[in-house]
Amino acid sequence: MIDLDDTDRALLRALSREGDLSAGELGRRLGLSQPAAWRRVKRLTEAGVLRGLAVETDRAALGFGVTVFLGVKLAAKGRGSFEDFERAVMAIPEVQVVQHVLGLFDYRLRVVARDIPDFERVLRRRIMTLPGVGNVEANVLLSEEARPGPIG
Amino acid sequence: MLDETDRRILRHWLGEPDAARAVLAERAGVTQATLGRRMERLRQAGVVKAVRARIDWKALGFAVEVSLRFTLDKTNPRAFDEFIAAARDVPEVVAIQTFLGRVDVRLNAVARDMGHWQEVYREKILALPHIAEVEALMLISTIKESEGLPL
Repeated sequence: MIDLDDTDRALLRALSREGDLSAGELGRRLGLSQPAAWRRVKRLTEAGVLRGLAVETDRAALGFGVTVFLGVKLAAKGRGSFEDFERAVMAIPEVQVVQHVLGLFDYRLRVVARDIPDFERVLRRRIMTLPGVGNVEANVLLSEEARPGPIG
Repeated sequence: MLDETDRRILRHWLGEPDAARAVLAERAGVTQATLGRRMERLRQAGVVKAVRARIDWKALGFAVEVSLRFTLDKTNPRAFDEFIAAARDVPEVVAIQTFLGRVDVRLNAVARDMGHWQEVYREKILALPHIAEVEALMLISTIKESEGLPL
């Protein structure tokens, strides 16, 4: 585990809002030289703390008006087939996130669709036909907000 | 309005957000100058809202990640606002989402270990206002995480 000082935390907060800031710009904001900012980013990247970028879009503007989170429970007889399920679900282009969880469900999926009829199509043709699928619960996303978390 | 080139650029950019500009330009079949110009325009137009760094909480020593699903007491018209305002003050909360469905609000929270999680859950999470029901899903692994869209 890596130890962070206040400057590292400020740097992580800045990058979690604007991940593609140059070392020069980052340094200017935090009162560091460009090489010092670059060294800190390199150290955090090598420690695995910074694990790449996420491009956040206005999905509605791109024609994807609906985001749904699905809780999926595998059927009792399909429980040996976690790998088959994972392989198949990964290949669905509308599925953005697949998480294996412990609790009421086995998997959490984040699914994008153009509208509710399009979501119904994805659900019926792609999700319900996945190997081993049992119970599925859908919740339509209304809003989301990323928080700085424990580096805040 | 987006044209075919914008869509192609977005498809590759969202699919491989960490790829070098030169690689993205080649995949999308445009020059690097065109790529840069189009990316800038997509940002100006608000189609691309932000490019964020993903932070790995595990690497920072937060080994436990939990998805908390809440049903709120909707007899109080201020329930959503007050719950969300209070959730923002919990430093272990890394995301807040609201839903239409059986779940009203979901919080993603991290903790150093199970002992710490128990403390966060009892002292901070269960102290949030207007909770009618709460369920926890413990994250085992993230198998896919992408902002990709079937453009």
